[in-house]
Amino acid sequence: MAASAITKRKRNLGDFVFSNLTRAFALVTLAMLGGIVVSLVIGSWPAIRRFGLGFLWSGEWNPPMEQFGALIPIYGTLVTSLIALVIAVPVSFGIALFLTELAPPWLKRPLGIAIELLAGIPSIVYGMWGLLVFAPVFSKYVQPLMADTLGRLPVFGELFSGAPLGIGILSAGIVLAIMTIPFIASVMRDVFDVTPAMLKESAYGVGATTWEVVWNVVLPYTKVGVIGGIMLGLGRALGETMAVTFLIGNMNFFNGVSLFLPGNSIASALANEFAEAESPIYTASLIELGLILFFITFIVLSLSKLLLSRLSRQEGSKT
Amino acid sequence: MNLRQQRKLVNRVALTLSLLAMSFGLFWLFWILLTTFDLGFASLSLKLFTQMTPAPGSEGGLLNAIVGSLLLVSLGTLLGTPIGIMAGIYLAEYGQHTWLGNVTSFINDIMLSAPSIIIGLFVYAIYVAQVGHFSGYSGVVAIAMLVIPVVVSATANMLKLVPDSLREAVFALGSPKWVVISKVTLRASLAGILTGVLLAVARVSGETAPLLFTALSNQFWTLDMNKPIANLPVTIFKFAMSPYSDWQEIAWGGVFLITMGVLSLNILARVLFRQKHRS
Amino acid sequence: MLARFKSIVLPLTAASMVLTAVPAIAAEITGAGASFPAPIYAKWAEAYHNATSNKINYQSIGSGGGIKQITAKTVDFGASDMPLTPEHLNKDGLMQFPAVIGGEVLVINVAGIKPGEMHLTPAALADIYLGKIVKWNDKAIATLNPTLSLPDQAIAVVRRSDGSGTTFIFTNYLSKVSPEWKQKVGEGTAVQWPVGLGGKGNEGVSAFVQRIPGAIGYVEYAYAKQNKMTHTLLQNAAGNYPAPGDASFKAAAAYADWGKSAFYEILTNEPGKDSWAITGATFILMHKVQDKPAQAAEVLKFFDWSFKNGDKMAADLDYVALPDTLVKLIHTSWANIKDGSGKSVWAGK
Repeated sequence: MAASAITKRKRNLGDFVFSNLTRAFALVTLAMLGGIVVSLVIGSWPAIRRFGLGFLWSGEWNPPMEQFGALIPIYGTLVTSLIALVIAVPVSFGIALFLTELAPPWLKRPLGIAIELLAGIPSIVYGMWGLLVFAPVFSKYVQPLMADTLGRLPVFGELFSGAPLGIGILSAGIVLAIMTIPFIASVMRDVFDVTPAMLKESAYGVGATTWEVVWNVVLPYTKVGVIGGIMLGLGRALGETMAVTFLIGNMNFFNGVSLFLPGNSIASALANEFAEAESPIYTASLIELGLILFFITFIVLSLSKLLLSRLSRQEGSKT
Repeated sequence: MNLRQQRKLVNRVALTLSLLAMSFGLFWLFWILLTTFDLGFASLSLKLFTQMTPAPGSEGGLLNAIVGSLLLVSLGTLLGTPIGIMAGIYLAEYGQHTWLGNVTSFINDIMLSAPSIIIGLFVYAIYVAQVGHFSGYSGVVAIAMLVIPVVVSATANMLKLVPDSLREAVFALGSPKWVVISKVTLRASLAGILTGVLLAVARVSGETAPLLFTALSNQFWTLDMNKPIANLPVTIFKFAMSPYSDWQEIAWGGVFLITMGVLSLNILARVLFRQKHRS
Repeated sequence: MLARFKSIVLPLTAASMVLTAVPAIAAEITGAGASFPAPIYAKWAEAYHNATSNKINYQSIGSGGGIKQITAKTVDFGASDMPLTPEHLNKDGLMQFPAVIGGEVLVINVAGIKPGEMHLTPAALADIYLGKIVKWNDKAIATLNPTLSLPDQAIAVVRRSDGSGTTFIFTNYLSKVSPEWKQKVGEGTAVQWPVGLGGKGNEGVSAFVQRIPGAIGYVEYAYAKQNKMTHTLLQNAAGNYPAPGDASFKAAAAYADWGKSAFYEILTNEPGKDSWAITGATFILMHKVQDKPAQAAEVLKFFDWSFKNGDKMAADLDYVALPDTLVKLIHTSWANIKDGSGKSVWAGK
């Protein structure tokens, strides 16, 4: 009786220490991340006070005259990240599918490592390779092809018109997609792998094809992890600086909806101009761009959590 | 076509597409690696590993940058990974319905998209500006802050996927919660957590912006982490953007080094963890 | 395997032993700022280190960064392509002096036109960058170049996407020669460009110009020369078309009135028949009252050494060393750098 009481106390102590230790680290993480948000708000306060909400839809970016507006960078960030996700998510899904269901065992690890290697290429290399190698090829062969085929479509054709410069929103989006693929694909592969074999076997047992198992069993089971992986990739795409900066052309005008046109992104504007920004309002405007980026991520995240909870509710599980 | 044939066709199409996706990914990888090799080949010699970063027109290598990067990345990862894993455990196992858990999880996901330059500026404001000089240590902090959100996210996601039946089985044996987590749940998710760490390391090895305002860089050799220290990304950036062809070659050689370094780390880590699991 | 291991570890160990065995008297200086002079500072620092074992670590983080960091006292000296106004210097207790000179050229990509063939006047250049001249065969350009066959091709204007001292010098020049530019756009390290594609760094601008037919862009002379790009000739204030290079940059620098207070001189559009129109000096910033007088003395010693011994190194990298008269003036200005007790830090002449 006494012995079990002692072990119970020991057990409670271990639990007490461990749970509080993890809680402490979570607090540290929160403090650190919260600190960044707070410092961003403080840093951008002069700009918030001067420009107010108009900052969000003003297309001005005039450092000598000290007039700033975030419309162009916001537009560029959203569109390039959207292009990146539209390309990267299906491709990553295909790669994860291949790695978990199709690849012979001896090929799984090398191919998995090869995909992860894409994440290890420095972002500046993506930028320089994109500018020096990808863009010329893109402008010579791919863009004219796109203009001839996709550019003829009724409504969407506008998106693929204009001079084939090789750089611009579309090129930046494509290179972003390549950078994002390893993140999403690796996470998808890992979560697909931990699907209980029993679930898959029971589906195979009733005669389902491989595709049906993945689409109807594995994917719903792992959807939290899959969304998490996509968020990871989206984070990379939204915040990527160097690669976008080399390819996006830094044009602060809105000349049309064509994806062939150059544009600007928040991270790129921040990286390009922060080191040289002299006046306080200039610096504050740049920091406000960073704050807006956080806000964009916040909105996207909330939407994804909403989506997840709705899907879970349909399945009848607790949210 | 009857239903069965239709389903088979859909299956075949889907699997072919996935094969194409795989080739798509590999295609870019090989193209980029080929370019890197092509441009940096001329500088791949022992000199790259044994000499310091030169001025234009002088002979040199990347020794101080390589050592500096190794120090910064390893210390930053060592600092960030435990914090990330512990915080991730809290989010998945203890804090699912608490305000702390929800808020931390949310903000953590927002931090995943933080441009690395913002992290660098933050560390500059709280560390460098306070002590009055650039240092390797501030670079370590900046790198840790990039590593933590990725590791937290990977840990929390993987732990959540461990089926409750596994946890309950161990509880049923009478284990306290902390044993369940550390000895069973964590071990089941280890592969995914390792992926998260490796992805984070791969990313920080090539990031220039967080180091520019913290560790700065150094033309010369130093092991003193309390001073500016040379590192590969900033050096590569500087050399690649210059008009001098000898500097550009060294830059591409450095790119090749980073890529190979990340590759080796990947292989090494996977192999080590496999053996550990087996034993 | 072992042999290779030995051949790496042994030299490494020996090197680290030698380096750590260097007496602690060797100074370690940190400087940061403009990227334009970074290569020549690195070259001077390397040679200085070989001669004296002192380490002058200069890193390019941008002129604005250099100004910020020296004001925050996180570095021993800052560097800026843009001179600070005397008011700004007094407000922050700083002093500045020029260190080296360089020039910017316009590079183009028009089929059949070779380096040094295209002639442009300041007015034409400003109009191109304002977006008023849009084709290469426009009358304004054709009358300047009667011997060239200009295509009916759109001009693709290229400029910098990142803030930079190079942009400051270029826009300062355009503001001097075009009242419309001055009123519409102004000058700065970053401006709201009426037209044009933004490339990152000189590298980005070069890449765009080389690849886009009909492109024109501005880059540092070293860039155009090293990459063998097609540069244009620019009419200077005296009406001539000198070739860019050491001689014309030096000529422009000779016309500067360096006796002015605080060396606030921007070398664009200088008079003189041989002057290059877009020349610029780059400056070193230091505090007038030093918390660390020993470090400040080391900085001055480094630049003194470089002024004495670094001229050829500068020329090799396509920079222009300062004329001797200017160096004398700089030495005199160093007397203004004092330690806490009011004693001048610079002991030499």
